Amino acid sequence: MMLIDPHAHMISRTTDDYQAMAAAGVVALIEPAFWIGQPRTFVGTYVDYLSSIVGWERFRAGQFGIRHYCTVGLNSKEANNEELAEGVMEWLPRFALKEGVVAIGEIGYDEQTPLEDKYFRLQLELSKELNLPVMVHTPHRDKKRGTSRSMDVCEEMGVDPSMVIIDHNNEETVAETLQRGYWAGFSIYPSTKMGNARMVELLKQYGSERIIVDSACDWGISDCLGVAKTAQLALESGIDQETIRRVCYQNALDAYGQSGQMNEEDWLNPPAIDQRTVYEGNSILRGGREPRIEAPGERRAGQLLIE
Amino acid sequence: MSDQAAELLRQWVMAQAGEHADWVSQSLETIAKGGPERDLHIFLGLAPRKLGKADLNLSDEDLKAADQARSGWSPEGWSVDGAARVLALLKSAGNRAFSDRFKDLRRTADMAELIAFYRGLPLYPDPETLHFEVGEGLRSNIRAVFEAIAHNNPYPRDHFDEHRWNHMILKALFVDSQLTPILGLRERANPELARILVDYAQERWAAGRPVTDELWIPVKPFRNDPSIKTALDEALASGKLTEEVLL
Repeated sequence: MMLIDPHAHMISRTTDDYQAMAAAGVVALIEPAFWIGQPRTFVGTYVDYLSSIVGWERFRAGQFGIRHYCTVGLNSKEANNEELAEGVMEWLPRFALKEGVVAIGEIGYDEQTPLEDKYFRLQLELSKELNLPVMVHTPHRDKKRGTSRSMDVCEEMGVDPSMVIIDHNNEETVAETLQRGYWAGFSIYPSTKMGNARMVELLKQYGSERIIVDSACDWGISDCLGVAKTAQLALESGIDQETIRRVCYQNALDAYGQSGQMNEEDWLNPPAIDQRTVYEGNSILRGGREPRIEAPGERRAGQLLIE
Repeated sequence: MSDQAAELLRQWVMAQAGEHADWVSQSLETIAKGGPERDLHIFLGLAPRKLGKADLNLSDEDLKAADQARSGWSPEGWSVDGAARVLALLKSAGNRAFSDRFKDLRRTADMAELIAFYRGLPLYPDPETLHFEVGEGLRSNIRAVFEAIAHNNPYPRDHFDEHRWNHMILKALFVDSQLTPILGLRERANPELARILVDYAQERWAAGRPVTDELWIPVKPFRNDPSIKTALDEALASGKLTEEVLL
């Protein structure tokens, strides 16, 4: 089964993770611009970060047969540093039209401050101007209210809900997100966000329409196989293949494909220049082997020789 | 020289521009007038979206014309969006020096842009002002970006000093890139490079790794230099090396 992980911070992950994701069937992923765990204090470091996810990380993923896309934006935490935020906003339009940029994101609220609100709105404006989808990060604290408010603001700004992916949903937020016409992302992230057994229950209840599963794997204790393990567990729990295909592949492609920058052809039939330069091809697609799920420990300990 | 090259690029891009031909001509006209650099940024961003990424359709005559316009220039394997991007750079006029504008574009470039910008090196004005920018590209870990400079590109042959030239050859070996597409591989062989390559071969042998036959191309002219001869004789005697690759 081909999988897409539409939220993965690969800049914080190792080559083992790329190998494991490729082996598990991930053919494409999306790396949203985010907070790297430590605040940036210069505009220049933020600019170089955006360059990294647009260029270097895309190349790294291609070496493992995974197509890499990204979203660019000013995240909610760093929106609170006004000097930095102003600088980043000046550079954003330069990055928004780069190859493989599929949305403005992840943007939204953290502590729901006035500055967060200001830059959220400015970036929604930019997404409208460039006709790009938006990936909204919903806050961890005061989540329910923050999620409703994020959607209120999108509507106030005249952004079409079909262009917006509300991410990090849970049992408490999903009904409203879907009812208001947004895409509903779920991050299968241990301890803090969503577990895959809970996700399977949600699939039973809500079906597959506009629901998107991602791993949100980053620098914290998280699992780059979040999508693959959810697909596996759903299959074992009797969820039909088509539902799994939609929530672990097709819906992400439909939502972010609205950018015009992400097409199935990119991995099924890549342009000649990409095959020669930046994309090694995927052994799963070449019919090389069955998707498999391995833990990082097994991958490391099982291989004694380093050559 | 670069006027001729620009005209060729223009013809090739227009031949594949389809319904976007007018957009290309109008954008280039605006860019050539020296308006805000934002116009150039937008054209560079939209080029693959409008024109696609197919290879240029080039005949033998086209390739011959390219070599006449700029000796050693081969647009083989260029994509239509890449060609349009280089063309826009050549046409763009601005208040700042070309190298400043190039630096600005390079800093925020995506991979496809980097590849296109560096492939265009032999065509740009004031080539000697671009050394820092070329160095940044050579240091890239993205092999395709390195190869945009190193392969089928006369800029290194014509403008690199010996140190940079030698390190480009060595890096090509390190990143498993081929040497034969490097223009000037034979003409720019030098004793220092031969020494570096022999050292490198010995390191590889010590680690039990193979050495590509291409490595010997720039070593051959110096095979009778005393220190190189000693090293090669040892390798021949121990069977690590065969006479035929040195012919």
